[in-house]
Amino acid sequence: MRRISIGPFNRVEGDLEVTLEVEGGRVARARVVSPLYRGFERMLEGRDARDALALVPRICGICSISQSMAAAAALRAFSGARPPANALLASALLHAAENVADHLTHFHLFFMPDFTRDHYSDRWWFGEVRDRFATMKGAAVRPMLRARAELLHITGILAGKWPHTLAIQPGGLTRAPERGDIQRLRLVLHAFRRHAEERLFGAPLEEVAALDGMNALLAFAGERERPRGDFGLFALLAEDLDLYRLGRWNGALMSAGAYEPRPGTHLFAAGVVHPGEARRRPLFPERMEEDASHAWLASAEEGARHPFDGATVPDPDRPGAYTWCKAPRLAGQPVETGALARQAVDGHPLIRAALARAGDMPSVAGRVLARLLEIARLVPAMEDWVRAMRPGEPFMQRPAPAMPDGGRACGLVEAARGTLGHWLRVERGRLRSYQIIAPTTWNFSPRDANGVPGPLEQALEGTPVEADDPASAVLVQHVVRSFDPCMVCTVH
Amino acid sequence: MSEHGQQKKTLLWLQSGGCGGCTMAMITAESPDFAAFLEAAGIRLLWHPSLSLETATEAAAVFDAVLEGDEPLDILCLEGAVMRGPDGTGRFHMLGDGSGRTMMELVDALARRARHVVAVGSCAAWGGVTAAGGNETEACGLAYEGDLPGGLLGPSFRAAGGLPVVNIPGCAPHPGWILETLMNLADDVPAEQDLDAFGRPLAIFGHLAHHGCPRNEYYEFKASAEQLSDLGCMMEHLGCKGTQAAGDCNRRGWNGGGSCLKGGFPCIACTEPMFEQVEHAFVETPKVAGIPVGLPTDMPKAWFVALASLSKAATPERLRCNAVSDRTVLAPGAGNGRRRS
Repeated sequence: MRRISIGPFNRVEGDLEVTLEVEGGRVARARVVSPLYRGFERMLEGRDARDALALVPRICGICSISQSMAAAAALRAFSGARPPANALLASALLHAAENVADHLTHFHLFFMPDFTRDHYSDRWWFGEVRDRFATMKGAAVRPMLRARAELLHITGILAGKWPHTLAIQPGGLTRAPERGDIQRLRLVLHAFRRHAEERLFGAPLEEVAALDGMNALLAFAGERERPRGDFGLFALLAEDLDLYRLGRWNGALMSAGAYEPRPGTHLFAAGVVHPGEARRRPLFPERMEEDASHAWLASAEEGARHPFDGATVPDPDRPGAYTWCKAPRLAGQPVETGALARQAVDGHPLIRAALARAGDMPSVAGRVLARLLEIARLVPAMEDWVRAMRPGEPFMQRPAPAMPDGGRACGLVEAARGTLGHWLRVERGRLRSYQIIAPTTWNFSPRDANGVPGPLEQALEGTPVEADDPASAVLVQHVVRSFDPCMVCTVH
Repeated sequence: MSEHGQQKKTLLWLQSGGCGGCTMAMITAESPDFAAFLEAAGIRLLWHPSLSLETATEAAAVFDAVLEGDEPLDILCLEGAVMRGPDGTGRFHMLGDGSGRTMMELVDALARRARHVVAVGSCAAWGGVTAAGGNETEACGLAYEGDLPGGLLGPSFRAAGGLPVVNIPGCAPHPGWILETLMNLADDVPAEQDLDAFGRPLAIFGHLAHHGCPRNEYYEFKASAEQLSDLGCMMEHLGCKGTQAAGDCNRRGWNGGGSCLKGGFPCIACTEPMFEQVEHAFVETPKVAGIPVGLPTDMPKAWFVALASLSKAATPERLRCNAVSDRTVLAPGAGNGRRRS
């Protein structure tokens, strides 16, 4: 048995270390270490509840709007605010713009560069992948940076700036865009569609969204000599390396339901699925609990707690602990969340097929395909939302309802990386507690009190480790990065 | 070698107690994009946590080459606060490379090797949001702890190039603030007199967020917004600190032309030390006897009050009406008095 520690693990958002026990050339046990503690939950205690809207976006520079959306949702439930129709459309649009930008960032800057390593110099696709995805030099990088920056003009138009806006409030948006602004939104989306169709997919978005299985995907991807877009190239590469066998684990997939442009209607459904079962089960947030048994956190009483009863108190000398991350569990079980879970819960046939291909499990290939598919599904929906906006009508509930003096509420949204929940309690007009479970807290959870490892820890087990040098453990890097971890959220 | 045949300048970027948003903002740069910027500015990226291929031992080898003097370092950027806790050990942020080093130790050692040291964002400059509340992580900036000189490197720190830590605060900063400053440093342009008393480039932070505020007419006539989404000036009731916050925020466009004020929410002075430590709610103006506490920094209070009451008396109906609406209801000029639907 050998021990390997991989850190600082870069091209993830934030700080990460992964320690592996290797037996017979494969990972026998993995521990995921979140080495940075920030203490956001503590800094919110005692403040005016509305201050959450200024502070929580700053948990995360990559999913800042998701944090705003979760805080606004919790405060909306808390105060009974009722945002007008325009506000729901505009905030769904902002949220989707950030999530699409994040999927682009992950694919081009964080995930694909690993395939440009000399490790793969004998593969047929190597030259093409290196030409497109070499860090800061690849032919796909500059067009993506430009398209991402222009897509984020949506935030400049509707929310002032990105990241970290105060525009998203419980009762709506602080800015009422005029007709000219809404026309600009249409133009921004048109330009982005052109980019995605010309470079990323090499096909109309609708054709990508309609892919209904592995045969359709391979027929779409084209020939080695001329793969169709970066998406086609990835599909062929995933086939060649069989990335459907990598990064698998046997667990459930969870989504809180994504984008609510009209009350009670999610674009992507909420629920829980067990890969291999067609049935979608309902998600019960009241069955979410966090356990700090392996985190450097003090817990007054042992055992898992619902976030309404949760606390976060650092204890860097806690015996047996190895991370700052708590272990969230849904009905006592670890679950995976993210684009793959969202599309599986929504029942998209391509993603169901990708799970089946991986032996009814999530995989590296499934996670990456789901993100790209989501771009193709989201942009047409964003176009619809812009068309549905009514420029003469309100974007904010006026006057905003007052915040009650006491009570509690929860806000759940889907960030790019998966389910994000905020749970707040207010007493005498001040925040008594504010607990957050971020997507990567679910995915990169440590072991729980029963010793059950988290999703990534399980997904790493069995992964071949090619060499002693941590930087050469390329397959391990694919598995870790396939989750698109956001460590700054994880350890908020 | 750059296009001009000169040696490229090296840049090493580290992140600690922060959200990564400064990097995320930086790569929204346009005309040109960030990759083209590096070429144009003649900067070679030695390592960046989000953008470089090298990981783990490969990354540590880059740090060690600089520390051993094998690789010259022209610019060191830190994004995020220095985590000194618990109890000054720095263990709230371990480097994670198996060496047992803390990020605090690494930043300190590299800063003493770099020609220029840059704090990107308010966390790296002062502690920022990471130091909010009780600051149990003992977060501080590279050369400041809040508004007190010191921080990690101490009040008398000078980098090898002779400058103190160059601070580019903001939460997050405008990409142009970062890139223009890096370009100037790569060219060895700035001198100490180009920085303000807080080490911020005067070209950017010699302005106030108030300059170019799209609500200036409302400010002039003290036509105030009463609730978020109103068009009026947000200084009197909604906590806006644009008249006290350094930065040319409203003189340039954010994400294609926006700004906080254009987005309809108040300036929370995110470029200033201690902005996170407000006693009141961010979207409320604290007042004493009905007069806002935070008036423009260099204006005598009595004059401000006198002028405010005069201008309030002179406020046109158009502004009085629009200030408390979420869109223009009375148009100016040729449309004066005409109600827009």
